[in-house]
Amino acid sequence: MERHGKSTILILVLLLIVVIVTNTAIGSSDISPVDTGKIILNAIIEKLMIDGQISIDKIWSDSASTIILDIRLPRVLLGALVGAGLATAGAAMQGLLKNPMADPYIIGMSSGAALGAALAFTFMMPVQLISFILAAASIYVVYNISRMGERVPTETLLLAGIAVGFFLSAITSFIVFLSQSPHQIIYWMMGGLWTASWAKVKITFVMILIGVLMLYRQSWNLNVMLLGEEQAQSMGVDIERVKQWVLIFSSLVTAAAVSVSGIIGFVGLIIPHIMRIIVGPDHRILLPTSTLMGAIFLVFSDTIARTILDSIDLPVGVVTAFFGAPFFIYLLRKRRQSLNA
Amino acid sequence: MLEVRNLSVSYGKHQVLANINVTAERGEVLGIIGPNGSGKTTLAKTINRLLKPTSGEVLINGKNVHHMKSVEIAKHIAVVSQVFSINFEFTVEDIVLMGRTPYIKSAETPDDLKIVEDAMEKTHTSFLKGRLVTQLSGGELQRVVIARALAQQPDILLLDEPTSHLDITNQIDILNLVKHESRKGMTVIAVVHDLNLAAYYCDKICLIRDGKLMSYGTPDEVITSDNIHTVYNLPVEVITNEITNSLYVIPRLEPLP
Repeated sequence: MERHGKSTILILVLLLIVVIVTNTAIGSSDISPVDTGKIILNAIIEKLMIDGQISIDKIWSDSASTIILDIRLPRVLLGALVGAGLATAGAAMQGLLKNPMADPYIIGMSSGAALGAALAFTFMMPVQLISFILAAASIYVVYNISRMGERVPTETLLLAGIAVGFFLSAITSFIVFLSQSPHQIIYWMMGGLWTASWAKVKITFVMILIGVLMLYRQSWNLNVMLLGEEQAQSMGVDIERVKQWVLIFSSLVTAAAVSVSGIIGFVGLIIPHIMRIIVGPDHRILLPTSTLMGAIFLVFSDTIARTILDSIDLPVGVVTAFFGAPFFIYLLRKRRQSLNA
Repeated sequence: MLEVRNLSVSYGKHQVLANINVTAERGEVLGIIGPNGSGKTTLAKTINRLLKPTSGEVLINGKNVHHMKSVEIAKHIAVVSQVFSINFEFTVEDIVLMGRTPYIKSAETPDDLKIVEDAMEKTHTSFLKGRLVTQLSGGELQRVVIARALAQQPDILLLDEPTSHLDITNQIDILNLVKHESRKGMTVIAVVHDLNLAAYYCDKICLIRDGKLMSYGTPDEVITSDNIHTVYNLPVEVITNEITNSLYVIPRLEPLP
């Protein structure tokens, strides 16, 4: 199991690198994947200031370099980060709540973020900051509503999350309905990577990296908790602490992702399921493979979103579900057949 | 060694256990018997700190469990309850390794794996090692769960109706295994439904009704026709089974027409 897992992780890392380079090469102005690779490599070498030791012949134009480094690469990287974060948070939440319907948004975070964006667009405030704050605040409220003394029962957490989510959505709908320019808010809620920039990549990278690594630390405890909370407690797992930990860090990751990309659905729900079918339920493998597959999947989806229609940049949230759902249904069917055999 | 002192537990205003006093020495099998709803499982859960007592205390080797952290308790008490199925595709070895949770810091060591192997040997589950737990029979699964508990290397094994859902062969297999462990020094506390199995396997028995300790002592002292009649409200005959030399409870049923 473990060796199998490690090789899967290695394959996915290599695949992710290939996907990042090739998808950066795809776009309206024609730059070959090889040149793209060279441009990125050259930029890395310059950044690391080991210029003299390795040299790459500059055979590309300055405009190609600008398109790759300033426009496409930040968007591809932001997509990878958001996909990685949502898939990891989704896998952790499914494990924690032992609920196959769980995703990073299930306890109301997307509704908080959407309300934040709606307020920010309406009152000309920074969208990323306000949606991050409201996403985090909504989880804080849900957690405290659900708390009964020292315990937070997961069923209550789910129900409170849904209730708070509906409440916040109602306020958002109200704002959208009265808004002079509802399109901005509606597009934001569909999820897209249009506003990618290096600044966003950097801050998102830091938050998602911290959150994801912290979630990995609970892998073993999440495994044990699959046997039931009382069982896990009698095996020495401090279940309430695990709950807090997973909620805090999946919220950090999700809020960081949502605040730069809007509400991209499907990735956080389905990627963990796909990986569970492939690598099994062990979170020590499931979490990192979900991270990698989420990144790969969202980079792919975003490339389709920005190239499938000439000169129209679709919301990536549309693409993720449109292509992902049939694939998932195929996997489900295939698995059922193999179980029956 | 386990001591339960003046233990009372309430769910809200409803008192489920009142002033229970029992002890289990090292190497002893203590049975907890009583009708459904009498408070047996509540007692087991309070011993394991899953429930808080309203008064009284539970001591392991003199230390109050309700002042201990879950990790610490897990090194002393392992719990086996009725497990019907595990729906996640872990291998048997993965599940048994989970018993090492209180000891594992970052990753399992060769020592942990050795202990896991021993636990599987003791429970005759080594041949299942690489199998998925989703594919096991009820008896196999319960043995794997016991292997997991043994991997915790506890002083006390707490069993909550571990065999009620199993066939007679598996029941006997598992209880023999548990008895064997107790003879090597482990304290066993078992919630049991079957009075005859309790009489045969337990060194001491406590009989509970409505949260009160009705009788406590050796099987001979506890399993009497009067006690059973009072607590279960069923007339019975208690005889000595000459084959096993242990007590045997027979309900006094009317012959069917």
